[in-house]
Amino acid sequence: MAQTFVSLDRREFLKNSAATSVALLIGLRLDARGEDPAEAQEKPVPNPFNAWVRITPDNRITLILAKSEMGQGVITSLPMILAEELCVDWKQVSIAQAPTNPKIYSLGTGGSGSVAGYWLPLRRAGAAAREMLITAAAAQWNVNRDTCVAQDGGVLHGARKNFLTYGQLVEQASKLPVPDLKTVPLKNPQDFTIVGSELRRIDAKSKSTGAAKFGIDSRVSGMQFAVIARCPVFGGKVKSFDASNSKAIPGVRDVFTIDPVAKGAFSSGGVVVLADNSWAAMKGRDALKIVWDGGPHASESSESLHQQFLDNAAKPASVVRNEGDANTVLANATKKIEANYELPFAPHACMEPMNCTVHIRPDGAEAWVPTQAPQWAQDVIAGVSGLPHDSIVVHTTLMGGGFGRRYQADFVVEAAQVAKVTGKPVMVLWTREDDMQHDFYRPASYHKFSGALDGNGKLAAWKHFQTSTSIAAMWSDKGESDAPSSEFATAAFIPYQAPNYRVEYTLAQSGVPRAWWRSVEHSSSGFVVESFIDELAALAGADPLQYRLTQIGDDRVIPDFTNPKEGKPLNTARLKGVLKLAAEKAAWGSPLPKGTGRGIAGYYSFETYTACVAEVRIVDQAVKVNRLVYAVDCGRPINPEGVRAQVESAAIYGLSAALHDAITIRAGRVEQSNFNDYDLPRIAETPKIEVHVVQSTEEPTGIGEPGLPVVMPAVCNALFTLTGKRIRRFPIRSEDLA
Amino acid sequence: MAVTFTLNGQSKTVEVDPQMPLLWVLRDTLNMTGTKFGCGMALCGACTVHIDGEAARSCITPVSSVAGKKITTIEGLSSDGSHPVQMAWIEEDVPQCGYCQSGQIMSAVALLAKKPNPTDADIDDAMSGNICRCGTYQRIRKAIHRAASIQTAK
Repeated sequence: MAQTFVSLDRREFLKNSAATSVALLIGLRLDARGEDPAEAQEKPVPNPFNAWVRITPDNRITLILAKSEMGQGVITSLPMILAEELCVDWKQVSIAQAPTNPKIYSLGTGGSGSVAGYWLPLRRAGAAAREMLITAAAAQWNVNRDTCVAQDGGVLHGARKNFLTYGQLVEQASKLPVPDLKTVPLKNPQDFTIVGSELRRIDAKSKSTGAAKFGIDSRVSGMQFAVIARCPVFGGKVKSFDASNSKAIPGVRDVFTIDPVAKGAFSSGGVVVLADNSWAAMKGRDALKIVWDGGPHASESSESLHQQFLDNAAKPASVVRNEGDANTVLANATKKIEANYELPFAPHACMEPMNCTVHIRPDGAEAWVPTQAPQWAQDVIAGVSGLPHDSIVVHTTLMGGGFGRRYQADFVVEAAQVAKVTGKPVMVLWTREDDMQHDFYRPASYHKFSGALDGNGKLAAWKHFQTSTSIAAMWSDKGESDAPSSEFATAAFIPYQAPNYRVEYTLAQSGVPRAWWRSVEHSSSGFVVESFIDELAALAGADPLQYRLTQIGDDRVIPDFTNPKEGKPLNTARLKGVLKLAAEKAAWGSPLPKGTGRGIAGYYSFETYTACVAEVRIVDQAVKVNRLVYAVDCGRPINPEGVRAQVESAAIYGLSAALHDAITIRAGRVEQSNFNDYDLPRIAETPKIEVHVVQSTEEPTGIGEPGLPVVMPAVCNALFTLTGKRIRRFPIRSEDLA
Repeated sequence: MAVTFTLNGQSKTVEVDPQMPLLWVLRDTLNMTGTKFGCGMALCGACTVHIDGEAARSCITPVSSVAGKKITTIEGLSSDGSHPVQMAWIEEDVPQCGYCQSGQIMSAVALLAKKPNPTDADIDDAMSGNICRCGTYQRIRKAIHRAASIQTAK
């Protein structure tokens, strides 16, 4: 089975075009970094004054953002890197979104890879522009360029009177040859004044005045609004419909069907109601009479999936990893435990429901898309319209949340289909119900763990069987044979030394769409691994922190088992570092008030090390998380305040899946529809969250997601100290606390 | 049907279906997009505006019901971010995706108008109808306390 874990070759994907965007996605999943080295090498070196920096003669400086802003803060952090090497005053800069030009930019935004992937390219681009400006100034003064320095958006030679602003230099500078990016001098990190400083988000003001424009705020002259009635059963389609009542509603202009797009975008198709405004379109949809053909998944339910999990667990599975002989050791061990964990489907529930505005003309197209994948959006509009890529302008808008949901193209392909019919600008708007019931969910999974200890309480055998509705089985070119590659991540190379280590997998069949949910497979892997090691610590009678540190053992690096070629190995010293830091800041081991429990978890994801100590109580038969103390090591923090904000956010996102509702399936459809039956955490239940950021000088790594995998096990491990019971399924129910 | 109301200090008359929620009149008829659509059922608070000074969910408010009333939206607080609550939001670095923040701010402004120095419990009560998927709640709480002190200082 090992060969199924070989990374898909991203270079190969990138050679292919529109049709293989799906493969691009898988490639992205396997490589946490948004920037692909192979891809970068193949691109021609752009002039930084065109691609990355725009300076007007009056010295207004615009930095180009080539990733999508969805709340994670790249609109601030990435320009900070550019501004640092460019030597400009941060207050001087404004930001513009990059055009959808894959020849220059790696626009896909996901995998917590934006800062990690763009760290070096943006430093080099900023440095190249700076060096060109210095050369231009030296030429103007006719002095040795080594005597000139760049600072505060200008070049200085000798006394202050020899100072030219970048605005005065840009015309000459931009005509100079671009320095070799591999050798262009980069600043000494000790001289950084912007990178590493605590800056406020550059978009905080526009997002506090209502001025910020999200995709849903796109307004184009002559635009219409459409909503789509999609078959509530996944994979179903329209059998027949009667639109006479709909068409009678004032403002409704047309009703027609669009086809599902199965492979690639995985859109549902359905009955489109086109209207002058959103409200008329929604009313028109309510008035439709539709007969659906439920299709092959119409009898699927959460109960049938659970039974499938149990059946799979009782059957032989594929062996993903096997060292030593865990089965024999487990059979003969006297000190051993088994634990089964189950996680449900989880929705992204972005606050801004899906939407996309497209205008297809005979000679070209324009689209306003809140997307993590602008190139893919361009691809699908090209596919639907038959227009060439370079005639399709995709405006990447701000996103009201992404979390992986907006890496999809289903909402784009639908809008393109509608726009092709209407020939006018049209927004396809999703309601909350559409968004909740036609998501691509975090896979549902079931994990059967067995562990044995030796005579000294040390880990002797670790066995992890998983069955799940795999992401890769849906998206990978290799199909179902690739299923386990998306489901384990760090769970297939745990930091705990186990001489007998076995990992097994069986694919569970489901018609429910699934894809990348914040932290992807780490959301389940982090929970089960950090729960089971806690169970083993309890079996050994050891302190949970000490047991982890002991089982991690010596400082060493552990290769990424599922992605050995490109994945960065796990550095045990850094993992132990965050565990110790979180424990110290939380005063691990100190007495707690009666009724308060404390738990810990540490985990490696997206090349970042995260640990969390949770303090919890049980109030009115429900979990009350009082305090979360985090330590994170994400390499050099670009903006520590932004790092803290992301960890706070990931903590709440993780808690939502542990403490709140689940997406359940009945008769092939999602039972939940809005925030009444899938509620999200609210302010009153928000714990005090402290985030301690390691001041590392290592290369920066991801931070949008790594805060998530540790919060659920930390909370559940804390609950165990109160109840003596393990939480092994989500969401946590009151009977699990009694 | 023509409905007339005051929007951010200006008289507006719109010719729309009287049942159309104020949210869609603002967004689609008047192109005032600062007020957001989140759920359509008054469950998330993204659409919060003030009607005669009271925080209200515009997604379930038929426009006919606001005839003759004074509506304030996020755009009506200030255009330059100089309202104390907006200043506090910026200083505490509250927004992430930012989509819910118009509604959060409108709820916070309404709270502070009634309780200039709210307790944490007051904040929990007043803000419980506003969801933030980015989980910025800790910062929202701090920003409300900060806004209270900015207002007191004025």
